[in-house]
Amino acid sequence: MQKSATREAYGLALAEFGEKYDIIVLDADLSKSTKTDTFLKKFPERFFNTGIAEGNMMSTAAGIASCGKIVFASSFAMFAAGRAFEQIRNSICYPNLNVKIGATHAGISVGEDGATHQCLEDIGIMRTIPNMVIINPADKAESILAVEAAIKHDGPVYLRFGRLAVPEIFDRDTYKFEIGKGVELIEGTDVTIIATGLLVPEAMTAADKLKEEGISARVINMATIKPIDREIIEKAARETGAIVTAEEHNVIGGLGSAVAEVLCEVAPVPMLRIGTQDVFGQSGKPAELFEVYGLTAENIVAKAKEVIRLKNK
Amino acid sequence: MLDNKKLTELKLTAANVRKHILTGTHAAASGHPGGSLSIADVITLLYFEVMNTSPETAKSPDRDRFVLSKGHCAPALYGVLAERGYFPKEDIATLRRTGSYLQGHPDMKAIPGVDMSSGSLGQGISAANGMALAGKIDKRDFRVYTILGDGELEEGQVWEAAMYASHYKLDNLTAFVDFNGLQIDGDIEKVMSPLPIDKKFEAFGWNVIVCDAHDFNALLDAINQAKETKGKPTMIILKSVKGKGVSFMENNPSWHGSAPNDEQYAQAIAEIDAEIERIKEGA
Repeated sequence: MQKSATREAYGLALAEFGEKYDIIVLDADLSKSTKTDTFLKKFPERFFNTGIAEGNMMSTAAGIASCGKIVFASSFAMFAAGRAFEQIRNSICYPNLNVKIGATHAGISVGEDGATHQCLEDIGIMRTIPNMVIINPADKAESILAVEAAIKHDGPVYLRFGRLAVPEIFDRDTYKFEIGKGVELIEGTDVTIIATGLLVPEAMTAADKLKEEGISARVINMATIKPIDREIIEKAARETGAIVTAEEHNVIGGLGSAVAEVLCEVAPVPMLRIGTQDVFGQSGKPAELFEVYGLTAENIVAKAKEVIRLKNK
Repeated sequence: MLDNKKLTELKLTAANVRKHILTGTHAAASGHPGGSLSIADVITLLYFEVMNTSPETAKSPDRDRFVLSKGHCAPALYGVLAERGYFPKEDIATLRRTGSYLQGHPDMKAIPGVDMSSGSLGQGISAANGMALAGKIDKRDFRVYTILGDGELEEGQVWEAAMYASHYKLDNLTAFVDFNGLQIDGDIEKVMSPLPIDKKFEAFGWNVIVCDAHDFNALLDAINQAKETKGKPTMIILKSVKGKGVSFMENNPSWHGSAPNDEQYAQAIAEIDAEIERIKEGA
């Protein structure tokens, strides 16, 4: 299967949609890494480097957006959601301005740079801000479709992309992406695995392995973390009675929390959360780190069996 | 130069804005009268003489824009917007009340005439940069004005924005710093000195003008010089008096963030009414 990083897709999408939409792109000295340089090469008059000053970038983006423009502000997730949290909250989300935050290098898959750059808190931080939409695409096609959906959405959007090349699992021409809608990728009746980002292909692999053992696992790709698709979660809970969430994020505040909130309110069933377990990351090769922190198909299989045991208790 | 008639009108309007500041903060029993009073003159001049904007053109893409970077001085902005007809003057008394659109800090979604939500220090000047940049991108000739506090200069983001504005040659941006020398905890030089303000902004590539904050002709001259300065943004350092116009509030940091009680309010209004009479007599 072909592989590519979702940040690459972000750059390609900006360059493509720059033709069709009057978008402005800002970056804080990371354009070669966030891939906004793909847009810069094509539309230099609509690209503005803010230097290494993320707070200023976010408030500047708000000012530009207040003049009726669609602005993409890009940096690593750590410095976008982390350092510039308050500018995003007060300058962008409070006035509900049309700023799209392209946050790349999210999660543990940043790898060798280590804990300071492995943002595992961004979904949690962004999720608590009113007006914010959060999308964590799983692959190239979904990333491109998510960028266009963000352009069409009137208001702030946090787009979460990765550094690592990941399998291209969707076909852009047939895949339907809609903000706020989870997508059932594999049917199943015994357990549901709700995954986001690069854990989606792992969840699909896990479902295949579970099938070999006679377990029918449903797989849902939850690209939009906010607003969360309550309907698909409730349906999965009622029909399969057991849930596993899988994300490249702290289990506190991310997809697992969002799903747990819905389950507790409307359809409590046993659930287990895969993600980093409230710890910082470390330097290492991404694949090795996935093993260390349990972000693997094997761990999803194990947790799926465990949650089924809880259901049958 | 402003003719005498215009000068008298501006002085009277600014006096009314000061009364709105006192009325709003008194009714709310909270708010920031000191710094609001120190910018009452410049903000009056902007909305009544300088800026190409009005209630009728409040959404026009070509209008001039204003960002109150020191957003806690919203009572001054609301006072001038009410005088200018953006909303009823009576509403000033609802300042900071539950359910009122007159939020404690400027809210562009709720308040007619407010171009940018602000209040978290350091962010307004960046937003003003963004507006000025948007004007350049779209080749519109509107100008952007913003007022910062002198204490606000302690925020690192102000200097990120200062670098940015000169890097992108935002000569359509005029910023003011309300140099009244006081912040909540006291004298700015004792809390955390941002001095020298002029040399710092010059070093960051700005055109810098120092001006008396309470002299309309001097302010207008400075603003016109800023308009004529090409290739760089202008910072006008306003030598101001915190609490200006109310004797017991002047140069007293305790009026930064506390409202007058009934007795203090009556005295303050009486002082400004007396000033209004003097302005009328002098006209």
